[in-house]
Amino acid sequence: MLNLRQINKEACDMRYEAPSSIDQAVALLASASGEARVLAGGTDLLVQIKTDLVEPTLLVDIKGIAELREIGEEAGAFRIGAAVTGAELKENPRLKAVWPGVVEAANLIGSTQIQGRATMGGNLCNASPAADSVPALIAAGAKVAIVGPGGRREAPVEDIVIGPRRLSLTKGEIVASFLLPAKAPRTADAYLRFIPRTEMDIAVVGCGVCLTLDGQGTCTAARVALGAVAERPLMVAAAGAALVGSKVDGAALATLDAAARAACRPIDDKRGTKEFRVEVAGVLARRAAQIALERARKG
Amino acid sequence: MAKHHVTATVNGDAVEFLCETDETLLDVLRNQLGLTGTKEGCATGDCGACSVTVDGCLVCSCLMLGVEANGKSIATIEGMAHGEELHPLQRKFLEHAALQCGVCTPGFLVAAKALLEKKPDPSETEVRYWLAGNLCRCTGYDKIVRAVLDAAAEMRGA
Repeated sequence: MLNLRQINKEACDMRYEAPSSIDQAVALLASASGEARVLAGGTDLLVQIKTDLVEPTLLVDIKGIAELREIGEEAGAFRIGAAVTGAELKENPRLKAVWPGVVEAANLIGSTQIQGRATMGGNLCNASPAADSVPALIAAGAKVAIVGPGGRREAPVEDIVIGPRRLSLTKGEIVASFLLPAKAPRTADAYLRFIPRTEMDIAVVGCGVCLTLDGQGTCTAARVALGAVAERPLMVAAAGAALVGSKVDGAALATLDAAARAACRPIDDKRGTKEFRVEVAGVLARRAAQIALERARKG
Repeated sequence: MAKHHVTATVNGDAVEFLCETDETLLDVLRNQLGLTGTKEGCATGDCGACSVTVDGCLVCSCLMLGVEANGKSIATIEGMAHGEELHPLQRKFLEHAALQCGVCTPGFLVAAKALLEKKPDPSETEVRYWLAGNLCRCTGYDKIVRAVLDAAAEMRGA
């Protein structure tokens, strides 16, 4: 049985800080001499500490920072704090109605118990290629607000993860919130993942689609993102382009399918072979596009 | 490194304890507060045996640090019965023989109670999804699900 105290002898040197402002959190992380980690929900981090995958000397708990815990809506755009839990997302009817794909993706992570703690900020910054919420956020055109020693900046979600366990953030930078843009009329998103069971598993492939229709039902914009088929979640511009100008009919879906498959550069692992992942990526892209289409038609 | 001084509420009682950063809430409950009803199964958040609620939210206590409990209200299996009087879920688990070895049972009960507080009339599917993070390796899930549905019906006065 894993016991933190027996296995990780150095762990008792781990410092814990719970700042109440982002600036304090940034200062702590920026001045850390050893390995420092942001603690949000902890559902990945604590397991990694227990198994000695990481051995931080400083944990900065960001859950005491009010603005990281809030969901705000302004002029149709949403700002979701990086430390908002999956359970809190689920209980926000307005967000669920406007961005069902994003909320569904975040709610696919782990069990009810995990949802009580897990956050989208953590899901992104854990930097797993298979993170469920990330393709949905990329498809939605979400940006992250980053705070660091140099001030605040924004970046598209697809620019944050650069490889397994690797982020484009610099020392001291924290993902503070996600910004979901105001949606054009008849815009809707969807996220699907494949796992060999119905719950409690990690994506073999995940696919987020967000598309916009004009008044005649022609697609005027589309974004498609894939998870678990490369070293990081992928924004697949060609897959989105396959839908634009079409009625999202059979021919367009076939082009989408091919573009999604072409973007994959997966590995073989216990969850699936390369060939299987490539095939499933095309299938999920079609199905997610069809769900997004139905939703967009409803307004 | 100095230990953290934590004050919290556990099953309605004010408690305080000292803990190292690396001690989980589960460690604190079991080893310091003597509340051994909460079990350690996997210690990685997969099995749900360590389920508790924190400010009403269902979590795995193995994936939360003791120091994070500061100022929080924790509910464990020990707070479920009123003295000798079992909670309807506990009674229905006995009636339906929804346990064998019992290691998963506190986690199932705490998780099921959290469900029924949120949703007094869940469907079987909702019960199964809600409890997907609670693993049982001996009884099987049918008896557990039936016990939860039966308790829900009783609690609704149906």
